[in-house]
Amino acid sequence: MIQNRTDIAAQFISALPHAHALGLSLTRIGTADAEIHLPYDEALIGDLETGVIHGGAVSALMDTCCGAAVMAHPDAGVATATIDLRIDYMRAAVPKTTIVAIAECFHMTGSVAFVRATAHDGTSKTPVATATGTFAVERAT
Amino acid sequence: MTRATPEPVQVIKTRRNSALEALKARVPYAAYLGVEFERHGDELTTVLPFRADLVGNPALQALHGGATAAFLEITAQVVLSWSVIWPLVEAGGAVESVPTLPKTIDITVDYLRSGLPRDAYARAKITRAGRRFSSVHVQAWQDNVDRPFAMATGHFMMPDHV
Repeated sequence: MIQNRTDIAAQFISALPHAHALGLSLTRIGTADAEIHLPYDEALIGDLETGVIHGGAVSALMDTCCGAAVMAHPDAGVATATIDLRIDYMRAAVPKTTIVAIAECFHMTGSVAFVRATAHDGTSKTPVATATGTFAVERAT
Repeated sequence: MTRATPEPVQVIKTRRNSALEALKARVPYAAYLGVEFERHGDELTTVLPFRADLVGNPALQALHGGATAAFLEITAQVVLSWSVIWPLVEAGGAVESVPTLPKTIDITVDYLRSGLPRDAYARAKITRAGRRFSSVHVQAWQDNVDRPFAMATGHFMMPDHV
């Protein structure tokens, strides 16, 4: 049953053209949380001198993962849209590592969802980045 | 008293444009998204031509929020970097060696309306140009410059040797 939900959510994410282009893959969906992987790709480098992935790609990962966490919430509506998203970059991701984002929708009202997320590359306990966002909850009328 | 003859316009343009090309070449992710840079003197406007693989919501054909965020962050970072490069270029310095790029400390993106399936444009304003930290505000629009669809404020760590 849980595996089934993850499969459906993974399919949903891979059907988003930009998520597909970035190679994002959803690996887990919970009851108000989600985990998405961003594999290393040289096309996503932000500075040739260092080979580090651009912050913009991390933003895209965080935005997608936060949106997935909102849709995983039992009180979610039919769709969601980002109102705002803040990303703090703790350190550069190590080149050639996959970046994994975990997002949690920790509160939902009738129209707004509150989300936080963390991104790791598996090389340190310090996250690569953290995110805080609010999302509009669109309900069927 | 004699005044130095001004450099021919084409010499100046070539030097400025090759400096901008060198900066672009440093950021493969900007090329991946298809971001273009339009320069008028020292002013930069970035362009994100619409592409099907930038879409987040297939039903609405709306731009992916992540693509929008990336576009804003690239604009902020490149404009900040350009502000460092510009005086070096004007002083006639070597333009092929790009100084280390500013690093994003944080960025907050506001989504004001949904991004339509068409080209987007962005301009950044450096609100604080510090020795160690700089603050940048960016706005992106599509059809109407007075109706931005997204904006962002970010803080950046400036490279040491500047």
